[in-house]
Amino acid sequence: MDFDFTDEQNMVRDGISRLIREQYDFDTRRNVIASDSGWRPELWAQLAELGMLAAPFSEEDGGFGGATEAMIIMEEFGKGLAVEPFIPSVVCAGGFLKHGGSAAQREEYIGGIISGEMVFAFAYAEPRGRYDLANLETTAKADGGDYVLNGHKAVVIGAPWATHLVVTARTSGGQTDKDGVSVFIVDKAAQGVSTRDYATVDGRRASEVYFENVKVSGDALIGEAGNSLPLIEKVVDEATAAVCAEAVGAMKVTNATTLDYSRQRKQFGVPIGSFQVLQHRMADMLMEYEQSVSMCYLATIKLDEDDATRKKNVSAAKVRIGQSARFIGQSAIQTHGGMGMTDELAVGSYFKRLSIIEGEFGSVDHHMRRHIALTAG
Amino acid sequence: MNLEFTEEEKAFRAEVREFIENNYPQNVDARGLRDDLSPEDMLAWHKILGKKGWSVPAWPTEYGGTDWTPTQRYIWSEENARKNTVMPLPFGVAMVGPVIYTFGNEEQKAQHLPGIRSGDVWWCQGYSEPGAGSDLASLKTTAVRDGDDYIINGQKTWTTLAQHADWGFFLCRTDSDAPKPQMGISFILVDMKTPGIEVRPIKLIDGGYEVNEVWLTDVRVPAANLIGEENKGWTYAKFLLAHERSGIAGVARSKRGVEQLKEIAASEMLDGKPLIEDMGFATKISQLEIDLSALEITELRTLAGEQAGKGPGPESSLLKVKGTEIQQRLTELTLEAVGYYGAPDFRSFPDDGSNDFPIGPDYAHHAAPTYFNMRKTSIYGGSNEIQRNIITKMILGL
Repeated sequence: MDFDFTDEQNMVRDGISRLIREQYDFDTRRNVIASDSGWRPELWAQLAELGMLAAPFSEEDGGFGGATEAMIIMEEFGKGLAVEPFIPSVVCAGGFLKHGGSAAQREEYIGGIISGEMVFAFAYAEPRGRYDLANLETTAKADGGDYVLNGHKAVVIGAPWATHLVVTARTSGGQTDKDGVSVFIVDKAAQGVSTRDYATVDGRRASEVYFENVKVSGDALIGEAGNSLPLIEKVVDEATAAVCAEAVGAMKVTNATTLDYSRQRKQFGVPIGSFQVLQHRMADMLMEYEQSVSMCYLATIKLDEDDATRKKNVSAAKVRIGQSARFIGQSAIQTHGGMGMTDELAVGSYFKRLSIIEGEFGSVDHHMRRHIALTAG
Repeated sequence: MNLEFTEEEKAFRAEVREFIENNYPQNVDARGLRDDLSPEDMLAWHKILGKKGWSVPAWPTEYGGTDWTPTQRYIWSEENARKNTVMPLPFGVAMVGPVIYTFGNEEQKAQHLPGIRSGDVWWCQGYSEPGAGSDLASLKTTAVRDGDDYIINGQKTWTTLAQHADWGFFLCRTDSDAPKPQMGISFILVDMKTPGIEVRPIKLIDGGYEVNEVWLTDVRVPAANLIGEENKGWTYAKFLLAHERSGIAGVARSKRGVEQLKEIAASEMLDGKPLIEDMGFATKISQLEIDLSALEITELRTLAGEQAGKGPGPESSLLKVKGTEIQQRLTELTLEAVGYYGAPDFRSFPDDGSNDFPIGPDYAHHAAPTYFNMRKTSIYGGSNEIQRNIITKMILGL
């Protein structure tokens, strides 16, 4: 049992942390998210050059690590509120290729993800599906050796920046059946794909993605037709663990910012940090943070275990971290008082990102229900 | 980063499990109330462990410790929880013992450590006073030097199990003119049979007698019983409190408690289905289990730090707060789970040897008293509010 990181993992952390510290200060981020593109392709290229986009892949796929490396990178992303699509492109699309891709598909796409030339978004959510990964109105009908996709995917994070999409679609069965779910790789430029792009409240970009008779070849299918729900659950759990790490990084900075502010801000002639009612709230924020770090480690460590163990621990982590994110975010705004309400301070941006993370890959209630199903009785 | 136990650790677990299976006195079960145990029951396992050399695992080996790593000590507590053992009382092994071997002189070590290890000497803690709770340093019990003795006068309270104690360790004021109240306190060992000591039981809200008032009137104690230097007692007292807090999280016991709660919730019925299938109650259990996982990993992180040479620091305050919150929630949910049968006072049940008309399920008998009793955990050992003060000062630096 140990909670140490290898030298290589520490180097990953140092590298990403320096890059974000030096090139992703709050003003830079503000300009980036207000720009036309809304992200920094040149930073993405730099991340690729540093090998960061290869970090979660195995050596045979051209990488050098796994889930722990993804955790480290996302924690640092969270500290700087970096908006770049590491989770959709590297963790999600990368995950599908790692766990379900054929040799040819890995050959074709993993290199592109690692080099940054291909950017993926993960189109799985639907307007009426909420957090149920099998509730799909999008269909893929077999047509000779090809498939024809029709449907509408909701809030596809990073889609405006993507060259490719990973799409979940129903190849058979009823709308919520566990069987009949399949996964496809779709070139975003394919005929029949249209998007409506927009900004999100936490500084990212997303799209509604529409598929109208989009024809893809049989080679675009990842895994077995109609049998991919377990694969999707696994990849979404990996993404959930990664977003938990992002939350941990964001909470760390939120706590530090709040503590700092409580030292500077004076009322009644003294720093507000001298008031016990605020001290105890900050002590609680610290405890929430430490419990979240623990759960983030636990979820990451358990990702490669059997399905039930993985799901139970990932859900436990997302519940605990979702609750901590809400408490820390709200407490930070409250402690900052009126200044916390302004767009001027960074704390508001951290609060907004944490608030959206609460619902990403399943809310507290969703994961609580999954935890109960796996542990009660 | 991994949570795997090494082969050596797995072998260690097998060894201690076998020892517990073969040696634990079957009739002594920690699941009831401490009140139901005789003093002999409370010491039974301690004495067996004393003979085996396992009663004080955390002590340095030169004083009889086991040289177990923090991970091994964790495994030890898990295996004991698994069997619901009644562990050695903390007053000797976890509190005064470490003070004596750290700050005591050779005579004191030779006189007291063997009895603490073996379980032959029962210790109690004379810290709190009616006017000195969280503000412990304001204590008023005095020890006045008179030749080779101290004369102690004053009143202590909340003295746990003092009714059985052979010895006590007392914080006394030896300098009333010190510039700060913390600077005039001394740490003195007192034979509880000394004339002038009166122990009066305090009945608690759970109906039990666990704590006492201890009145000290002209109690003459040899000055040789002073630990370390006169007026430096606060340093030793704080050292003791930090020791007391490590291990206070009680993770292993709470894990067992969650299993027992689930068993209860599986036998209680709601709308014709087991209570555990009710989404409302199941949510509370899952929340508890999730919070307990977080606490467990946090404790393991602290242990890993300790193994790497970091002593127990202010993180132990976090473990105390979160650990006791979970212990309390567990008893809350148990009382909730048993429904109406939480109400009957089992102490009033006629003891006529007949079980023709049982009063509710056995597991319901202790639900309410245990819930009442466990409110103490967020008050003792430095209240949870005091722990937040410590976090504020030591970690946040405010």
